[in-house]
Amino acid sequence: MKYIDEFRQKNAAQAILKKIHEISKKKCNIMEICGTHTHAISKYGIRNALPPNICLISGPGCPVCVTSAGDVNRVIEFSKREKDVILATFGDMMRVPGTESSLQEQKAAGRDIRVVYSPLGAIDIAMAKPEKEVILFAVGFETTVPTVAATVLMAKDKGIKNFSVFALHKLTPPAMKALLDLGELNLHGFICPGHVTTIIGANAYRFIAEDYHAPCVVAGFEPLDAIHGLYMLVKQLEEGRNDIEIQYKRVVTWNGNVKAQKIIEQVFEICDSSWRGIGTIPMSGLRLKEEFADFNAEKRFGIKSETFEKPLDMILDLRLDNGDLKSEIQTGCACGEVLRGLLIPNQCPLFGKVCSPETPVGPCMVSFEGTCAAYYKYEFLQST
Amino acid sequence: MCLGVPGKIIEIKDMMANVDVAGAKKETCLMLLDDVNVGDYIIIHAGFAIQKVNEKEAQETLRIMNDLIKGMPQ
Ligand code: SF4
Repeated sequence: MKYIDEFRQKNAAQAILKKIHEISKKKCNIMEICGTHTHAISKYGIRNALPPNICLISGPGCPVCVTSAGDVNRVIEFSKREKDVILATFGDMMRVPGTESSLQEQKAAGRDIRVVYSPLGAIDIAMAKPEKEVILFAVGFETTVPTVAATVLMAKDKGIKNFSVFALHKLTPPAMKALLDLGELNLHGFICPGHVTTIIGANAYRFIAEDYHAPCVVAGFEPLDAIHGLYMLVKQLEEGRNDIEIQYKRVVTWNGNVKAQKIIEQVFEICDSSWRGIGTIPMSGLRLKEEFADFNAEKRFGIKSETFEKPLDMILDLRLDNGDLKSEIQTGCACGEVLRGLLIPNQCPLFGKVCSPETPVGPCMVSFEGTCAAYYKYEFLQST
Repeated sequence: MCLGVPGKIIEIKDMMANVDVAGAKKETCLMLLDDVNVGDYIIIHAGFAIQKVNEKEAQETLRIMNDLIKGMPQ
């Protein structure tokens, strides 16, 4: 397959890894933000093939994982209350635990909850079932946002009245800023997400290089891309540079997909958002603009909004009285720490014992891209 | 979730394209892109084409990697 096979050549990957070993001297912490990178890096054994002075830490870039338990609870409550609706969602969301239940359990209890591959799938359902209300439960980062925005525009254009969106979209650069501001990790550089940046453009990370002096490389997702991106980042660190560089040039530009950005701006506006394990991050989410209120499920069905009790700087208190973390303490799940890069999955006492992809305890094991799932699938044997 | 796969556009009808992804056909919405043509390679995410693949840049990246492996100056 074109644009895949060329970027999977094993000999080339090994040769570039060797180059990393040759140039890497400094001890450094590098974060790969995106869950798709985490998955690829684990799958191809890249983490363990790096020199021991490079610590590659997985970030909060799995949208399903960072959806707060409070938001999952709101969707579940809604599905219990409104019995005559069809809830459409992306696959991984089904098994994500709220405080007491998951969408999968609600489906088993008789609610009409369907998995769609594309947001357009929800429109198809709405057109096929005009007597039902169809609600798209939309999570996802900047890659997914324009697809949902375009779907809303399409629904408006076609005059579809029984379709609305419960939008819990999140933005990547504010989360990177939050992690840097929290200062729990001494991060020296970032591997930035290829497809998020396809939309927002690599200039979106300028502030990280300028204000935080951390270099960024936007990398693709094939093994050669990831290794080459790491080489570029390590080279910057060794040379003491803080630049933004693009490795995934066949798809990513400095300004991103401007048409997609315009479609997003037409439909959504920026708001605060609550992240599992991190807390409320200012201006890190998106909600539908007032003129699209008809398509806003929260407004249409009077769903209570999330209460943002905890500002980010009170993160340490979250352990005590935030619903999310309390439930996690009860189950012993360390997803919060995993999402902030403080723990690697095998340091969680439940990892591989009680918690596995078949019986996931936390969202990081539920999602295909979750850090715990990636470690379980590809790194478990190497680490035990 | 931000998974995107490359595919080749086989046919375009209004806003929708028929795209070949490793031999499988995928209905893909083109609303997020301007100037796409049959034969173009695109990245598909959640049923939408989110960007065209730039062949020249792909070759350039492969060349840079090759030079790196051969020990040419960067
Ligand atoms: S291994 Fe399971 S319980 Fe532990 S942090 Fe990961 S998801 Fe949570």
